[in-house]
Amino acid sequence: MEKREGGYRMKRAIALIASLAVVFMSDSAMAEHTVDSLPVSAGDTSFVLMSAALVLFMTVGLAFFYGGLVRRKNILSILMQCFFVMCLLSVQWILFGYTLSFGPDKGGIIGGLDWIGLRGVGLAPSPDYGSTVPQFAFMVFQGMFAVITPALIVGAFAERMKFSAFCVFSIFWAFLVYNPVCHWVWGAGGFLAEMGALDFAGGTVVHINAGIAALVIAIVLGKRAGYPGRSIPPHNLPFTVLGAGILWFGWFGFNAGSALAADGIAAGAFVATNSAAAAAGITWALIEWIREKNPTTLGTATGAVAGLVAVTPAAGFVGPVSAMIIGAGSSILGYIAVAYIKPALGYDDSLDAFGVHGVGGIWGALATGLFASTAVNPGGANGLFMGNPKQLWLQFAGVAVTIIYSLIVTFIIAKLVDKTIGLRAELRDEQMGLDLTQHHESGYTVLD
Amino acid sequence: MKYVIAMIQPEKLEDVQCALKQKGINLMTVSQVMGRGRQQGITRVYRGRKESGDLLKKIKIEIAVNDDYLEAAIESINSAAKTGKIGDGKIFVFELEQCIRISSGETGSVAIG
Repeated sequence: MEKREGGYRMKRAIALIASLAVVFMSDSAMAEHTVDSLPVSAGDTSFVLMSAALVLFMTVGLAFFYGGLVRRKNILSILMQCFFVMCLLSVQWILFGYTLSFGPDKGGIIGGLDWIGLRGVGLAPSPDYGSTVPQFAFMVFQGMFAVITPALIVGAFAERMKFSAFCVFSIFWAFLVYNPVCHWVWGAGGFLAEMGALDFAGGTVVHINAGIAALVIAIVLGKRAGYPGRSIPPHNLPFTVLGAGILWFGWFGFNAGSALAADGIAAGAFVATNSAAAAAGITWALIEWIREKNPTTLGTATGAVAGLVAVTPAAGFVGPVSAMIIGAGSSILGYIAVAYIKPALGYDDSLDAFGVHGVGGIWGALATGLFASTAVNPGGANGLFMGNPKQLWLQFAGVAVTIIYSLIVTFIIAKLVDKTIGLRAELRDEQMGLDLTQHHESGYTVLD
Repeated sequence: MKYVIAMIQPEKLEDVQCALKQKGINLMTVSQVMGRGRQQGITRVYRGRKESGDLLKKIKIEIAVNDDYLEAAIESINSAAKTGKIGDGKIFVFELEQCIRISSGETGSVAIG
């Protein structure tokens, strides 16, 4: 009897999966090729696809950037979280994330479910999103952003979060925070986009959003055992420097690719990106040289990443010199955040996800309102320094809305996960290391 | 037979090896260890956060010698590892009860060299 019931349940489950599959499969990838569909540009398409691949590689770079900073016993937990996000968020994006972010607008707040499972999304360009590339190319490029954003938060809860809790948190965060904010800023009809806030490649959507979430979850989760008294040194700084290099490399796809065309704007964004990273790396090293007597590799790598973060919203709207000022500013503010504000307030943002991405993202979004110039990009706007103070106000509004929303909703998700399955690994598990306790593996062996 | 354990600064290993070799002492076990004596730890800086580690990297050398080689061993380690500052390290000498060469089964003084 029991067995038969089990069989019935199994049959029902299969029927459910089958019907879901039918819903998702019908139409997908079969958007009609009508005669009047927009022409596809081969150059733009190849550029956007290559950029998407570069952005995916950033998550790998981030894994090593973060991985080097934790202790030996937690290296795999970081690599696993970043790698698993690549799997988890890719699936979420295809099934629900893309339509919630870019589907037909519902009141400026969220995309409708019309494109669930990518129904109706296909080879023809969309007039709203990269009108010279197949919508698939735009979709997959944006999907890589959806992947890296939750991965950025990993830096805040490194070395102490349960893997199961991490998965649940990341999925809820994608649905409730990333997808709506992405729609507001980039979706056709999204209210921040309509308002006129500029975000070229995701300073608000990706970096402020993830940075604030990082701060919230670091506080909800509490400090690592032994922090701040005990020494918790990075176990492999060469990994961190390699990771920062990969991030820098991938960021060309992130920023230049956001032009969605292989054109002058893309070239400008590429140059701005490199300028900001370079100036920021030098700035962080100089601060250390003056304050600590020695420039560090970690500081230089961190500075470069902080510069990349800050130039993200500005990349397509500013010239190279402005980009260098934005980068340098990001290093100064980032240094203050991680060396003074974090210890003073006492939260344990383990790998400075907030200090680098949150602070750099906020500065970059505001700086876009200072330095943006229509001489660089006629499709953009002028900033304060070009005689348009209103843009700075719009940028401020965009930043404030994102901070408040991400703060509140991340807090609710974190608390809910904590009350139900528990966010934090057992103390003993934390002390033994997450590699062994969450994944039953070791990153390094003692012998052989 | 004596068993000598020396804790030295890592950068002195080559000098010590050289000095021992000149006295005909080639057999030793070397390991990387962490430790500290009176020397303070070196301060490291991670993103503006200063960390003074309590333990420093040291090299541990273990040598089994016959009694007539003891003084030469101590003398060469001592002279080669010395800078005159704290942190140079220490040399410990133990009585060695027995020594067995596994391959041949020889025991005692013969088995050491």
